[in-house]
Amino acid sequence: MPETPPPSLFPLRVRELVFRANGRCLIDHISMVLEEGPRTLILGPNGAGKSLLLRLLHGLVQPTSGELRWGECAPAPPARDRQAMVFQRPILLRRSAVANLRHALRHRGLRGAPLRCRAAGWLERAELSEYTHHPARQLSVGEQQRLALARALSCLPDILFLDEPTANLDPISTLKIERLILQAHAEGTAIIMVTHDLGQARRLGEQILFLHRGRLEEQGPGKLFFKKPASARAHEFLAGGLIL
Amino acid sequence: MQDFMDTLDLAFRLVLSGDRDLAEIVLLSMRVNCLAVLIACAIGLPSGALLAVLRFPGRTALVVLVNALMGLPPVVVGLLLYMLLSRGGPLGVMELLYTPWAMIIAQVILVTPIVTALSRQSISELHNEYDEQLRSLDLRTYQVIGTLLWDCRYNLLTVALAGFGRAVAEVGAVLIVGGNINHVTRIMTTTISLETSKGNLELALALGIILLSISLLVNLGVISLRATAARSAYA
Repeated sequence: MPETPPPSLFPLRVRELVFRANGRCLIDHISMVLEEGPRTLILGPNGAGKSLLLRLLHGLVQPTSGELRWGECAPAPPARDRQAMVFQRPILLRRSAVANLRHALRHRGLRGAPLRCRAAGWLERAELSEYTHHPARQLSVGEQQRLALARALSCLPDILFLDEPTANLDPISTLKIERLILQAHAEGTAIIMVTHDLGQARRLGEQILFLHRGRLEEQGPGKLFFKKPASARAHEFLAGGLIL
Repeated sequence: MQDFMDTLDLAFRLVLSGDRDLAEIVLLSMRVNCLAVLIACAIGLPSGALLAVLRFPGRTALVVLVNALMGLPPVVVGLLLYMLLSRGGPLGVMELLYTPWAMIIAQVILVTPIVTALSRQSISELHNEYDEQLRSLDLRTYQVIGTLLWDCRYNLLTVALAGFGRAVAEVGAVLIVGGNINHVTRIMTTTISLETSKGNLELALALGIILLSISLLVNLGVISLRATAARSAYA
């Protein structure tokens, strides 16, 4: 019997999202609507709240006020098991590379041959087959991040969050990661990614969210944003200035 | 000095002779200690993991309490257990006093807080590191605990060893509830204590040598295991 596909998580509606900590407003009344299609990149200077916004969207952090609504169904579907996230510093279990994938897949309900098959397949896609039984934490930083990305993608998420996944990586590792992200997007995974690498934002960003001090300064198509940013701060940011 | 060397010599001879009584005492000791540590781990490891992972009101107080219980004075535990298990006590009907099981219960009470407190500490550190990833994977609490226990396994081995160290060296509690009855509840530490006061230093020292060797061997085993783990970066 063919399963009916679960309802789409999009559009994601964010309304008056606020996050306060220690009396400071770190996310300041962000409202936006995200559609499924375009790869979304979150840009902004350090401390703008980019990573925090990503964690709020993923549900790792609870907002002080405001609401997130995934898709058209009300109340919001339990979305976390259809999402995955890759962190700036890959968090890998103290196990072999393949065991890291199996751990994640087991919790997605896979068992036996399909599980082994899926794990091996994603190791291959991440060009990590030769390290299958290698302790994950002994891999190079680039390989560790590819493994983390493969683990996230192997769960076939509808939406993938990435928090500066290529910060501190060499160009070749960065290229391999970007390739995996582009492939995943082509196969239908929505991408929401934080970066402070402008070159990367130009390469990957179809839609840009520009944050400054917890506020959403600008949201728009990548091409337009890089050619003609609407806000003065974004203009300054693109020109390489320090915006305060 | 001559006396000391003579005693030492006799003690070694006794160890090597494979004396029946000596073997009986050693075997009973190992049975009591190992069972006590196993039970303590079965209780303490999951409790430590729960304390590390769950957030509930009173958690900090509980952690402080468990940490304090690590320093329980064995004689006090022995005394309280004696009162519970003696004829007139609430658990008297079970007729456990002066049996190996009384000694095992006493050691479980002493070792469980150690296993709980130390495992909570090492699992807590790992949990801090894994927390976001595990929440991102949307694991349930029992799955989180399973993951952490497994990934912490080499540290937990050291925790179990610390518990074993307490059990194997302990004399106050087992002496009170076991009674040091020949062929029934006589274990290494209680025998050493008794034979020393009787002036039978050879037997006491022979047991001391065995006790030290066992401690040494167990530690050696765990250290080499951890070294293997460190080499493969699992630790």
